[in-house]
Amino acid sequence: MIDRLPATLELAFAALVLAVVVAVPLGIIAALNRGRLADVLAMAFAVVGQATPYFWMGIMLILVVSVELGWLPTSGRGTWAHLILPAITLGTHFAASLARLTRTAMLEVLGQNYVTTARAKGLPERTVILAHALKNASVPVITLIGLQFGTLLGGAVVTETIFAWPGVGRLAVQSIFVRDYPVVQAGVFVLALSFVGINLLVDLLYGVLDPRIRTEDTA
Amino acid sequence: MRRLRWPLLLPALPVIVAVAAALLAPWVAPASPTSGNLAARLRPPAWISGGSGARLLGTDLLGRDLLSRLIWGARISLLIALAATVLGAVVGSLIGLVSGYYRGRIDRVVTKLIDVQLAFPFVLLAIAVIAVAGASIPVLVIVLAIGSWVGHARIIRGLVLSLRERDYVQAARALGADTPRILFRHLLPEILSVILILATFDVGRIIILESTLSFLGLGVQPPTPSWGSDLRDAAAYVRQAWWTSVFPGLAIMVVVLGVNLVGDALRDALDPRTQSRARA
Repeated sequence: MIDRLPATLELAFAALVLAVVVAVPLGIIAALNRGRLADVLAMAFAVVGQATPYFWMGIMLILVVSVELGWLPTSGRGTWAHLILPAITLGTHFAASLARLTRTAMLEVLGQNYVTTARAKGLPERTVILAHALKNASVPVITLIGLQFGTLLGGAVVTETIFAWPGVGRLAVQSIFVRDYPVVQAGVFVLALSFVGINLLVDLLYGVLDPRIRTEDTA
Repeated sequence: MRRLRWPLLLPALPVIVAVAAALLAPWVAPASPTSGNLAARLRPPAWISGGSGARLLGTDLLGRDLLSRLIWGARISLLIALAATVLGAVVGSLIGLVSGYYRGRIDRVVTKLIDVQLAFPFVLLAIAVIAVAGASIPVLVIVLAIGSWVGHARIIRGLVLSLRERDYVQAARALGADTPRILFRHLLPEILSVILILATFDVGRIIILESTLSFLGLGVQPPTPSWGSDLRDAAAYVRQAWWTSVFPGLAIMVVVLGVNLVGDALRDALDPRTQSRARA
């Protein structure tokens, strides 16, 4: 079980990184162009992404990219090429909700006085958005990442099954069918434990991002 | 209700079609969903050479009509989603109502219970329960309801916590109304719209969860048609017959999309808070 964990974590983190890299800029662009075409397109992506089940996304990617185009391997783990499709499959759903939240958080922050102040000081727009606005918008975004990591692990179970990825989730599901309950228990336990670990990490990150949380005694 | 006009119509369309298919399945399905013709297996959809008009979306591995399975699958998938949503909403709202109204020890227990469950990824919980209880439709409904009651309980509890201090509730209490009367005649109507909105979003989420569990082989069992379990079989031979994978997934996506957009419209129409923000 433990030697299966790296495969699952590798997949989950790849999906996480992919989702953040895609969704955060998308959310920022949407917020800056509120109501315009870029916003509508980004949010359309988000709404459709949230309505697409993981497993179907995976099957469609295999069908188009692996079977029709023959660009990437259909299943298994090994090279970087093996990681791409599972990471996209797992990351899309997450990217969708992340993009929506980033947009909302940015819209909220952009209306604050300190953003106006930063602009009035004559700071370049890039500094205003990345240093002043994004940093303050990041707290709810980080919260979502922590909370959604559980969903991500659940999704990893499905993604591993489709792509024959040798991770904890696939092992747990296979074990149900052969009635090997200790393995099911161990699998669920290991995944739940990594979820708790991630959320501890997120809680510690708050302190880094928001000095108020460091000094306050939150009950 | 002024805002509930045309924007609702378009997203509602797939939902209406799916509900109609579910209700009228025995009459509109062109063929039996469970008996196939092995001589006519993996036939492509009608518009591709080799397909026939009698099998509009082609046939699956066992020669069963794909369109008929989709229509009957709508019945199973929607029925499960609806049952689980209602169960989760009723149980969750009741618990939230009682917990928020009585506060004290009950509230502390309920809040802890919610926290514990939220700390546990749902798919893992479902795997653990189904591994023990076995995969069947009643188990599936209960598992899905377990996944959805928390959201209701948490939000309704918060609402009731503030509503119970309102003057009209105090007045009802002063007039000698007993607790059930306050809970169901005074508080419930106030929060009904919130419950409705939450439940609408739940339907979409639960359709996806149901199909996910069925896809893993932990939900609806063959030969019963369901969009998720059909995809499980289809995924194995996606190379030979793309249509068997494309259409069930498309059905899930379009219906969930429709339900979620209806939920958005409903929220804008019923929740004065988001409405005022939209106007500002």
